[in-house]
Amino acid sequence: MTESTTTPGAAPKISMRGVRKSFGSTVVLDGIDLDVTEGDVITLIGASGSGKSTLLRCVNLLEPTDDGQIILDGVDIAEPGLDPDPIRRRIGMVFQSFNLFPHMSVIDNVAIGPRKVLKTDKSDARREGLAMLTRLGLAERADAYPDQLSGGQQQRVAIARSLAMNPEVMLLDEITSALDPELVGEVLDVVRGLKADGMTMLFATHEMAFAREISDRVCFLHQGRILEEGPPSQIFESPTEPRTQAFLQRVIDAGRL
Amino acid sequence: MSDRPSRRERYERARRRRSVVIATVSTIVVVAALVILIPLTPGWERVRQAFFDGDVFVDTFPGLLEAFWLDVQILLWSTPFILIVSLLVALARNTRSPALFPLRAFAVIYTDVLRGIPVILLVFLIGFGVPALGLSREWSNPLIWGSVTLVLSYSAYTAEIIRAGIDAVHESQRAGARSLGMTSSQTMRSIVLPQAFRKIVPPLMNTFVSLQKDVALVSLIGPVEILRQAGIDKATYANFTPYVAASLIFLALTIPCTRLADWALARQRARTGATTIA
Repeated sequence: MTESTTTPGAAPKISMRGVRKSFGSTVVLDGIDLDVTEGDVITLIGASGSGKSTLLRCVNLLEPTDDGQIILDGVDIAEPGLDPDPIRRRIGMVFQSFNLFPHMSVIDNVAIGPRKVLKTDKSDARREGLAMLTRLGLAERADAYPDQLSGGQQQRVAIARSLAMNPEVMLLDEITSALDPELVGEVLDVVRGLKADGMTMLFATHEMAFAREISDRVCFLHQGRILEEGPPSQIFESPTEPRTQAFLQRVIDAGRL
Repeated sequence: MSDRPSRRERYERARRRRSVVIATVSTIVVVAALVILIPLTPGWERVRQAFFDGDVFVDTFPGLLEAFWLDVQILLWSTPFILIVSLLVALARNTRSPALFPLRAFAVIYTDVLRGIPVILLVFLIGFGVPALGLSREWSNPLIWGSVTLVLSYSAYTAEIIRAGIDAVHESQRAGARSLGMTSSQTMRSIVLPQAFRKIVPPLMNTFVSLQKDVALVSLIGPVEILRQAGIDKATYANFTPYVAASLIFLALTIPCTRLADWALARQRARTGATTIA
């Protein structure tokens, strides 16, 4: 397990400063500061409604931030008025409910990003898409439609669709929460593979055991703030914040850690 | 795995047999009652002569069928225009950019006004009004302005159907597409519209059936299509049978389309139902 990897001098891949977001009068993100070093896996834990998903959606510019900076490779991508499309193609996102396109076959789901956004030739996009599906063990389902697949397979297709764009960062938004327990493992295996390949990931999850295994750093979110952050050994074994302790106690009581 | 039907199957089979018997008996009773009772009404003999005269039917049917070809033509060339105009109006209502506000406002006014006026009034207003502007002879053809009226009116209805279809595509589909870096127009074209159109096939079919009948309204400004031809025949023979014949010809077109629409609806229900369970 790598300890905190923020080497002095090396600029982080993503750097958030004072990120704020409200929906109406509800404050969802209340000043988030977070640095993500290239190659790190940062997990976001916390109760439902603590702001994990919103934070990921803000990084992918699916939600506009109200205030604060999100700096990706030295450029503030949270600047209002910035064209989001060139930024999104560098950041992959996987959703809790897969969001696959039901009217397209698996291979078309994977190939559409490169074809439309990167203007990859149709046969090249298909070939590369098949290679990606093969890597995730889904090659034989290439011509199936999403609703013919199991939940675990659908989520792996969604990961393949995102990886097909060759993203520099992956945002994983509770990607196993909609899955039956016996299907969670196959999706987490894919995440392990991504970490081995050195992918930078921001991972919102309720899978505490997995968070402990895979994370370089863990952030505990509470009411839109990062209350505590550190290496998994620290957060899971000796959390200093009483609210982190209370949250983990509830998780343990529920038999999830 | 025995060949013996299960208890459930035996029960269902008995129930089906009973339903068939009841349906058959009740149909026979109703039809028999109509056949026996209607001729007993005091005016039946007059109605039979005025509406169901076999000779008049045989004489006028070929001419009516020929006139109906004009209805079919109007239908065929109006339909693609309706689809194009309604799609443009629906997309205009979906725009966000402030620069496009006039377009958005126009789309709202267009759907509100054109859906709010009876088609029959629109036919008169446009069919007589526009040629009165002093257009050249070939542009004063009532066929053109009759068809334009149908396109304008039906596009307003169809635009609302398409808009409902677009709204019915879940936001998460857009998020999925945008997260790949697709632009909003790429997302609309490749992700939203294909799914929206699948959802709206049944209401589109219903609108198409309705259009098939409203084509007859074009006759009000001149063209001799089936309704007008039937009127001419009625005057010639002093008999209403041509109207009955015209009705039958319409039914020959609309019933298959209605069946098709029902079938499309049932198929869609079955499919979405299956997805919900899975």
